[in-house]
Amino acid sequence: MLRFILRRLGFMVLTVILASIIIFWATTVLPGDVATMVLGRFATPQAKAKLRTELGLDKPIAVQYSTWLGKYARGDWGKSVSTDTAVRPVVFQRLRNSFMLAIVAFALYVPLGILLGLVAALKRNTWLDNSISVGSLAFIGLPEFVSGVILITIFAVELKWLPSQSAIDPQSTFVQAFPYLILPAITVALTSLAYVVRMTRSSTVDVLQMDYVRTANLKGLTPRRVLFTHVLRNSLLPTITVVAIGIGWLIGGLIVTESVYDYPGIGRLLLFAIQRRDLQLIQATALLIVIIYVVANLVADILYAVLNPRIRYQ
Amino acid sequence: MEARRPVFEIEGLHIDYATELGVLHAVRDVSLAVREHESFGLVGESGSGKSTLAMGAIRYLASNGRVTEGSVRLNGVDLLSLSGKELRELWGSRIGVVYQSPLSALNPSIVIGKQLAEVAQQHLGMDRAAAVGRVTEMLTKVAMPDPEAVMKRYPHQLSGGMLQRCVIAMALMTDPSLLIMDEPTTALDVTTQAVVLDLVADLKRESDSAILYITHDLGVITKICDRVGVMYAGEFMEQADLYELFKRPRHPYTLDLLGCVPRFDPTPQKRSLVTIPGAIPRVDELPHGCIFGPRCGFVEEACKAARPPLAEVAADHLSACRRWADVPPPAQYLREATEAVRTDVEGTRPDVLVAADRTRVHFKSTRRLIRGRAARPIRAVDGVDLEVRVGQTLGVVGESGSGKTTVARAIIGLTPATGGEITLHGKPLPPSTGKRPRATLREIQMVFQNPDASLNPTRSVGDAIMRPLTLLGGLSRQEARKQSKDLLRAVSLPVSYFERLPHELSGGEKQRVAIARAFAAEPELILCDEPISSLDVSVQGSLMNLLMKLQVEKQTSYVFISHDLSAVQHLSDAIAVVYLGHVMEIGDATRVLTPPFHPYTEALLSAVPLADPDIVQKPIRLGGSVPSAMDVPSGCRFHPRCPRFLGDICVEQEPPWREGEGDHRIYCHIPLDELTRLQAETLVLAGAEAGA
Repeated sequence: MLRFILRRLGFMVLTVILASIIIFWATTVLPGDVATMVLGRFATPQAKAKLRTELGLDKPIAVQYSTWLGKYARGDWGKSVSTDTAVRPVVFQRLRNSFMLAIVAFALYVPLGILLGLVAALKRNTWLDNSISVGSLAFIGLPEFVSGVILITIFAVELKWLPSQSAIDPQSTFVQAFPYLILPAITVALTSLAYVVRMTRSSTVDVLQMDYVRTANLKGLTPRRVLFTHVLRNSLLPTITVVAIGIGWLIGGLIVTESVYDYPGIGRLLLFAIQRRDLQLIQATALLIVIIYVVANLVADILYAVLNPRIRYQ
Repeated sequence: MEARRPVFEIEGLHIDYATELGVLHAVRDVSLAVREHESFGLVGESGSGKSTLAMGAIRYLASNGRVTEGSVRLNGVDLLSLSGKELRELWGSRIGVVYQSPLSALNPSIVIGKQLAEVAQQHLGMDRAAAVGRVTEMLTKVAMPDPEAVMKRYPHQLSGGMLQRCVIAMALMTDPSLLIMDEPTTALDVTTQAVVLDLVADLKRESDSAILYITHDLGVITKICDRVGVMYAGEFMEQADLYELFKRPRHPYTLDLLGCVPRFDPTPQKRSLVTIPGAIPRVDELPHGCIFGPRCGFVEEACKAARPPLAEVAADHLSACRRWADVPPPAQYLREATEAVRTDVEGTRPDVLVAADRTRVHFKSTRRLIRGRAARPIRAVDGVDLEVRVGQTLGVVGESGSGKTTVARAIIGLTPATGGEITLHGKPLPPSTGKRPRATLREIQMVFQNPDASLNPTRSVGDAIMRPLTLLGGLSRQEARKQSKDLLRAVSLPVSYFERLPHELSGGEKQRVAIARAFAAEPELILCDEPISSLDVSVQGSLMNLLMKLQVEKQTSYVFISHDLSAVQHLSDAIAVVYLGHVMEIGDATRVLTPPFHPYTEALLSAVPLADPDIVQKPIRLGGSVPSAMDVPSGCRFHPRCPRFLGDICVEQEPPWREGEGDHRIYCHIPLDELTRLQAETLVLAGAEAGA
């Protein structure tokens, strides 16, 4: 088990390094000159050259890269040229906000998705199963900017139950932010719900046909006991993996939703940074998202191994 | 014998399935009674409805299945009138079930102890601690070594035989009135099967449970059952006591089934087996009159008019045949219905075609340096010497994990040998197929165990057979087409199958296509790797006949690999017994199958359930399972399991090859005359054949 984790950890570091190269390469070939962006079109060439030297942009690209990565690893994420503040506190603050949104969304779609998936599997090939499957699938196809707008129209504009915008003070506490989190969380949850439903349904259908479920039934156990001790334990394994990977996906993938609701999260920050060509901010944010994604995958793998004795005892 | 009380009674049971094709009458008007201390064997080919009957009778059916008529009583209680809750009180307490594959019958993510304790908690009202005590007691009863440790294991950590003991312990936890055993040993190795069958026989003597034993294996039936019912397409053809059924069957189907199974008969003469033409009908396409009529050798016009009822033709003997009185005793029928395919003259010996000389196949272990232990190779084949002679069959037997398949793959070059030499006509063969000239590739072909996996599902039957003809035979497409049709005829398939896809064929037909494809290249040697193991007995019989017929016609040599010693002895001229990558005994089939035996051969012979209640087999049982090929034991590799273990010499020294008559050789420390003396009674023929 330790070997397994170490191996995965090794792969994880490799993935992050590879991603950092891609991020660095992509941001340096980004069209537009940083010095011009910062100092304005009418700045003198001398001033621009000075700034480039300050930012290290005149050095060879490999040197630039290793300096950047070294600093990043040490926690020196540089200064944002567009806001003229240190990058790290801003990124972490926004990450916290995205986390709050993700948790609310998570609390909505995971239990609901598992429940609907189970119901669909137990009642498979009935009208109930069909409507759950078709219904959840419909939301996968619906982009967040459409579902978001529909939700705003219904719950904010028409019913006036919830605020239509979530442009809260980035430093709000969870309790203060909560009312503003509900609509964006529902928007995010709708797209993820279908994955959980379909995964739960298909793995539960598979498990229900297993010989050991027949054994459990013919032991004379109650249907409830068969479901909870024999079916769920095995059928939720793949779902757990999907869910764990989903956390990473959620945090990285909030750009659209956060923009629709103008919510100060990490996705919104990344978009802002790209619009301003704020190199330091883009690099720091993008790499952080990669790290979160990779860690979520690692957690998913370990969780799967821990829950599955066939892998645990290899 | 005193009249025993019936425990489990099924009367006039009908089971229907609602399918897209309409309602299927899967089981029709079936009755049986299992008495206390009795075990009732339910035999039949796949599709005969045995499992449906057993599961339907205890009301465990898929949601589209339904019992439409009849009654089922367990100790007088009508199962069909019970509510779901009442039924669950019987399942697992009064009714225990043992399943075919113990690994899939147990939950992979729950430890054994907990899964077994569940039954005690549910039905015996025990708390967790008491239940654990009961489980320990039951595991001890099924002779499980170290029950406490086993209870903490997960199913995938135990061997098949150990797992099946756990399932049996679970089924017996509540002293059930009825024990249903559905092919409980089919997934196990012969040696493990023998141990489990002994256990079932012991439990049967000790407990009061009535057993309903489902199997397709007539050999297994003779070890366990008192009474036997033969099912065909959802109905009983015959029911009788075991001995009577085997010695004086009163239904042609039973007679044919007995004839399909090779008899244990170590003589050089090769006889064909009885075959049953056609296939078992689907339940929605049953013929008029007698349902076995179209396949029956005794059929008359009158048989087609009305379906004969299952009637008592002798005391406790039921048959659904109009002509039951004309059914001959099996011994006589076997002589009349089968023919000698060839008789070899003693002393003549064809040339050697293929020889393996100290052949080794070692794999690199993927596990590197674990806690300081150096990497060791996996010694799948570890010094095998054997010879295949022109036009003859070499049978290769051994448990799973013995390296039989790897030997064959090394001969054909699919898994290159890493040491030793393999020669064809005395000339050494390059180890891998890539380095062998095309002409050599043509000479050796292979038939695999699973035709589903070896036939490309998107290629027609014709394409499959034509490929070696054009590729290796150098024929034009037109010539290949003509020749492949001839090959279809040679394997007794209609020429119209040329355009069919594999999924449109039955398992036996697919294997015929695989055989035709192997013969297409006109090879000198065909390696048959368990070619009949996954098929029904009647299909096995006809395929063995086909292989024999083609061998005589084309003078092809075979290497026939099987764990089924009955099949091997039926087909082979010479036999090699393989254990853990090494030959233990080799020689003419007759000599290998008569004393002196290698102790491993002896154990295999005593473990094979022979389908003849007159043969008494001395119970020689092997403990444990084949060790890992990474940890080959020192000295004689068989010593940890050897029933005739001598002492230190077996542990410390590699045994010598002891030369017997002809080229019979045994790899053992015990001298041959000593072995002969010890093994005189391994197989005992009891009494004269009754009724013959």
